[in-house]
Amino acid sequence: MRRLIIPLVLCLWASLSQATPDAALVRQLAAEDSSDKVAAIRQLAQAADPDAARILKAMADDSLYLAGDKAVILEGDTAFDAASGAPIATPANPEAVTVNNRIRGELANALAALSLFDADRAVRLASAQKLQNNVGADMAPLLARALEKEADADIKALLVLAHAQASLGSADPAVRLAAVNALAETSSPTVKSMLQPLTDKTAESDEKVRFAAVAAIKAIDGRLAIAENLGRVFSGLSLGSILLLAALGLAITYGVMGVINMAHGELLMVGAYSAYGMQSLFRAYLPDYVDWYLPAAIPVAFFTAALVGVVMERTVIRWLYGRTLETLLATWGLSLVLIQGARVLFGAQNVEVANPGWMSGGIELLPNLVLPWNRIIIVGFALFVLLLVWVLMNKTRLGMFVRAVTQNRAMAGCVGVPTARIDTMAFALGAGIAGLGGVALSQISNVGPDMGQGYIVDSFMVVVVGGVGQLAGAVWAALGLGIFSKLLEGWAGAVIAKITILVCIIIFIQKRPQGIFALKGRFVE
Amino acid sequence: MRKPLTLRVLSSLDSKSWLALGIFLALALILVPVLNLAVPEDSAFHMSAYAITLIGKIMCYALVAVAMDLIWGYGGILSLGHGLFFALGGYAFGMYLMRQAGSDAAALPAFMIFLDWKELPWFWLGSDSFGWVILLVVVVPALVAFVFGYFAFRSRIKGVYFSIITQALTYAAMLLFFRNETGFGGNNGFTDFRLVLEHSVTSPQTRLVLFGLTAVMLAATLVFSRWLVTSKFGRVLTAIRDSESRMMFIGYNPLWYKLFIWVVSAVLCGIAGALYVPQVGIINPSEMSPANSIEIAIWVAVGGRATLIGPIIGAFVVNLAKSWFTVSFPEYWLFFLGLLFIVVTLMLPQGLVGLWKKLMLKKGAAA
Repeated sequence: MRRLIIPLVLCLWASLSQATPDAALVRQLAAEDSSDKVAAIRQLAQAADPDAARILKAMADDSLYLAGDKAVILEGDTAFDAASGAPIATPANPEAVTVNNRIRGELANALAALSLFDADRAVRLASAQKLQNNVGADMAPLLARALEKEADADIKALLVLAHAQASLGSADPAVRLAAVNALAETSSPTVKSMLQPLTDKTAESDEKVRFAAVAAIKAIDGRLAIAENLGRVFSGLSLGSILLLAALGLAITYGVMGVINMAHGELLMVGAYSAYGMQSLFRAYLPDYVDWYLPAAIPVAFFTAALVGVVMERTVIRWLYGRTLETLLATWGLSLVLIQGARVLFGAQNVEVANPGWMSGGIELLPNLVLPWNRIIIVGFALFVLLLVWVLMNKTRLGMFVRAVTQNRAMAGCVGVPTARIDTMAFALGAGIAGLGGVALSQISNVGPDMGQGYIVDSFMVVVVGGVGQLAGAVWAALGLGIFSKLLEGWAGAVIAKITILVCIIIFIQKRPQGIFALKGRFVE
Repeated sequence: MRKPLTLRVLSSLDSKSWLALGIFLALALILVPVLNLAVPEDSAFHMSAYAITLIGKIMCYALVAVAMDLIWGYGGILSLGHGLFFALGGYAFGMYLMRQAGSDAAALPAFMIFLDWKELPWFWLGSDSFGWVILLVVVVPALVAFVFGYFAFRSRIKGVYFSIITQALTYAAMLLFFRNETGFGGNNGFTDFRLVLEHSVTSPQTRLVLFGLTAVMLAATLVFSRWLVTSKFGRVLTAIRDSESRMMFIGYNPLWYKLFIWVVSAVLCGIAGALYVPQVGIINPSEMSPANSIEIAIWVAVGGRATLIGPIIGAFVVNLAKSWFTVSFPEYWLFFLGLLFIVVTLMLPQGLVGLWKKLMLKKGAAA
């Protein structure tokens, strides 16, 4: 759309404007030497009139030709004189003007600078943003003029920064000082590297500017570090909520029921494939509402995973209560069957699960700290699931029965709690919550048959660290492990961080075998 | 009066078992070389190099399974990290093989040249000496097992907790070995071996020697383990398995019993790994993956826990099935393995050996 608008606006302007660019200067655009071309481009950009924009645009589009001793623009079958813009007869054998990468970069900059004078606010804003990170010293006068004309506050702020960057190369120390002070307010790594030369004695003669530059770099560094640490804490939070989603179901099956379910990761996978299935269904039957497949996938994933859980419990796990090591082996077998089942049904390759439109993008908190929406939504979703589990376990009849069976199975049976049915229900609940976790995972990681394997060690760690039989423990352990590992990753790399965490957990369990939140009193075995 | 050690070892097996063991060794050391080298290739009785490598590999696995049975069957401790000790032994011996594969003794292994390293890391020191490497094969798994086991058993971590921590241990080690900077070849591990003690790794003679060594090692381990579990130590260990707190009240400290059998088991795994690497010709970090370690447990469970001979049978049955499935029906192998895990734990808690005993009893009752 914009491609159409810009030439339109430019044409309008062209009819209003009187002066045409110097023909010799335009001719220089087609010079043999690249440096001559660059000089011409820069000079044309200074003129800041629509004709210059038209010519440079043509050059960028590779439609600038040299015919005889005249620069012409060829558009399809019609030809124009480059300098005046008047239509002329198509020349005999026009020679294309070579545009190499250096020239192309120069053209992009010049065009961006020229669109600072565009009538459309959006175009000006985009161009000002484009100029933030690459602006040369010779653009300073142009930017100053644009600044004078500009009325919009947002664009003005951006232009001030761009102007300051451009004036860093100015010959006047006072101008440089003002520029450095203006740049001290920013927090971008490129600005920092731009200020770096000014701290050097050989490059910067004025002492005041040098001091100001050092102070400015320090200020920028401080802001960068804050943003970086905030970013790490946030990704830790997001990892923590994923761990929490993976571990909550386990906290019920293992923590509360004492069943080691090695197939828990595969229940996550079932949930993720449910999301994939819903996406395919929506694409096939409700293409208009495809963005809403995710909310629809939540109940589907819950019940599919719960169903798989019920089948697992009824056929295998029920016969192994109290024999934890055997349960471990049998559920490992179940996980192998589920993985292979997914391979047979959906193929061994990862399947593509797209983020819905409303989940893409993010909130820009600081210039170099963007919180992606999908992560924020997952943190929220984890809170929602946590609340759901808490309500189910503490406020419903089912939850009460589950707690009763956990505390004293025989007594619960005596007062009429159907213990066998409660076991199945509790296991189904744990499995269903794993399914919900799988839906969340499908939004941020690959969905494939082996996806669950990567989470099993982590989720057991969460449950073990948090303490068996404790929801609160699982929450704190998940968040703690998430944030701790992201902070560690920041300075040690992902693999070392993971190993350190595992070693820390092994040491931690030596000291507190019951986890952070040990059960006290009569519930201790 | 105590009988001398030789007599005690001799009496740990009955005469029938000694006979079986003798037949096994005769088969492995005489018949197999004859079938491989002397019988012409087109004969039906010829034993191919593939078959020898396969059986040699499975014998290494059987050795691991016996080691696992010592700790799980007799100690009641399920380790999901035995793949780590196996891989450590394999890597230790692999270091020697990598040094031999270079053009001369001073040459760096190919992957280090690829990483542009100028000299060997300190832990590769002496890896060109066969004796030192054999020492490493034993000492490294023993040391890792001792340190880990000491802390774990001292804080009385048992049951599922222990299993999960061992799984985390091998997982962490796998991640560590996957890094190129660790100095063990990263993803690719060690491969392209050429020489072992100046002989080509791939020559039929070397293959047969390695095969025979593995068979002898397996037989020796079996005798040693039988002796160990029938000794006083073994009986205390079994008693700790069945009732730890009672043994503590009587005055035994379970720590040292568990730790000893744990270290012995780790060392046996390390030796198995060292025998495995030259026969298979590759070692990489995937040997440490949790899935591999848990598969060891199923060999033992299929054969029958606390029987020593059962795990060997289990290792052979499962691995032969694996070779057959992965060639004929690759899609169904995981289904089969998964169902095996389930069926064995649900219906065959004593494994194949238990089933056999039950059938024998029934037959005896009928007669």
